[in-house]
Amino acid sequence: MSYIFPTMLTENNNNSRRDFLKKSTAIAALTIASPVLLKAGENDEKIAALFEQIDLRLEVNGIAHTLSVEPRVTLLDLLREQLHLMGTKKGCDHGQCGACTVHVDGKHINSCLSLAVMNEGKKITTIEGLANGDKLHPMQEAFIKHDGFQCGYCTPGQIMSAVACVKEGHANSANEIREYMSGNICRCGAYPNIVDAIMEVKKGGQLL
Amino acid sequence: MINFDYIRTSTAKAAVDAKAKNAAAQFIAGGTNLIDLMKKGVASPEKLIDINALPLKQIVEDAKGISIGALALNSDVAEHPIIKVKYPLLAQALNAGASAQLRNMATIGGNMMQRTRCSYFYDITMPCNKREPSSGCGALHGQNRMHAVFGTSEQCIAVHPSDMCVALAALDATVNITGTKGDRKILFTEFHRLPGSTPELDNNLQKGELITSIHIPTNAFNKTHYLKIRDRASYAFALVSVAVALEMSVNTIKKAKLAMGGVAHKPWRLVEVEKFLMGKQATKENFTAAANMAMETATSFGHNDFKIKMGKAAIIEALQEAIRNI
Repeated sequence: MSYIFPTMLTENNNNSRRDFLKKSTAIAALTIASPVLLKAGENDEKIAALFEQIDLRLEVNGIAHTLSVEPRVTLLDLLREQLHLMGTKKGCDHGQCGACTVHVDGKHINSCLSLAVMNEGKKITTIEGLANGDKLHPMQEAFIKHDGFQCGYCTPGQIMSAVACVKEGHANSANEIREYMSGNICRCGAYPNIVDAIMEVKKGGQLL
Repeated sequence: MINFDYIRTSTAKAAVDAKAKNAAAQFIAGGTNLIDLMKKGVASPEKLIDINALPLKQIVEDAKGISIGALALNSDVAEHPIIKVKYPLLAQALNAGASAQLRNMATIGGNMMQRTRCSYFYDITMPCNKREPSSGCGALHGQNRMHAVFGTSEQCIAVHPSDMCVALAALDATVNITGTKGDRKILFTEFHRLPGSTPELDNNLQKGELITSIHIPTNAFNKTHYLKIRDRASYAFALVSVAVALEMSVNTIKKAKLAMGGVAHKPWRLVEVEKFLMGKQATKENFTAAANMAMETATSFGHNDFKIKMGKAAIIEALQEAIRNI
């Protein structure tokens, strides 16, 4: 099959699916598409295929959300466009720059390469979730103190990776920090100051 | 990204059955490569079958070696205490790949299934026999600095991009697979394939089959090293990489396993070199002879001519680094 125009090949299927959606009532749709049924596994196929939105429950910065998303929506786009958490940045959108780094169940990942629907039941932490009220996270303080940024676009991703770098025990030397931070690109070139900030937090021994 | 249907499965059987029903469906685990390919329009599955809930994350040691579930994360495997102590070559290769974030998402099975990063494969306006059979190979007479020097065909000169797979090839791993016709296992070195006249096929998985785990046999390698040469110090694909596993008795090589990355459509095992090194002393002369032997059959395509000289140097350096390791 053609990899370039697959929609043309599947047009009929899509049309019939859309027709069905138009004919069905919204209430019936919500009833059938309950998360319990979608999670049922073996029998979920027909049900899921009828709907273009998938129910999704996840927790972001301690707040539980029940959402409905298209399968193609990435976690990054969900955070920015549906939850309006603009701190997580879209840089390359291909997992090459690290600007979109968030923590999922404590592990730092590229949110641009994770489909939102793959995060059912997960706990997400974004840059907005690091500070405690007006009190900045120690890593945020250290980035300010050491001038770990210039334009600031990569900074939320840098800080999320930096926190993980210390937590995961990979901040034992400048070289090790550089290696574990290599997934975050800074085109202003603030790298030396970022390494200094991470070293200080590591030495400070604060609970992150 | 073109929209698609999405289902979650919780058993291997459900996943395999769902795939059997739809030839245009694909499994998704970490998604780090597939979602990228879907954004680029290179892949456009009608349906994604999410296999993340399958119970395939375990890392279990047994009398014969260690089993690693297909859904174990690259980072979890690299950090696993048994892997670090008994299979350090694998840990080293895993940590040489991608970035910390990607290793936290990418699974072992997904690492094996990742597609080439050939720029012609990735650019849907360019010819590529792997993406679009019979459309031609843009790399053969195009920009081919990153491309293969072993096992190429007129149809495709792409390389497999994995570091992990190079180590697993050297360590004689096996791959456990399930499908609608039941379970089977194949040698890791026979999992990936050469392009030949069907470069659209990266590996020998049959339609609808799912990798469930890999198994690495116990070994007595006391000197190992994974050397990766790339355009920047971290977070780049290999120009050339070499995995070395040696069983040494004082200065004598009792057993040697070597594989190269960045040079072929699959991890490139150096079987002849392994035979040559058996029983030899670990000297620069023997390592140089081994390196010359390894690159004898290499054929380059212009921009990647440097890989032949670099390959020799990398083999010598990897062997020397291995014997320096305690």
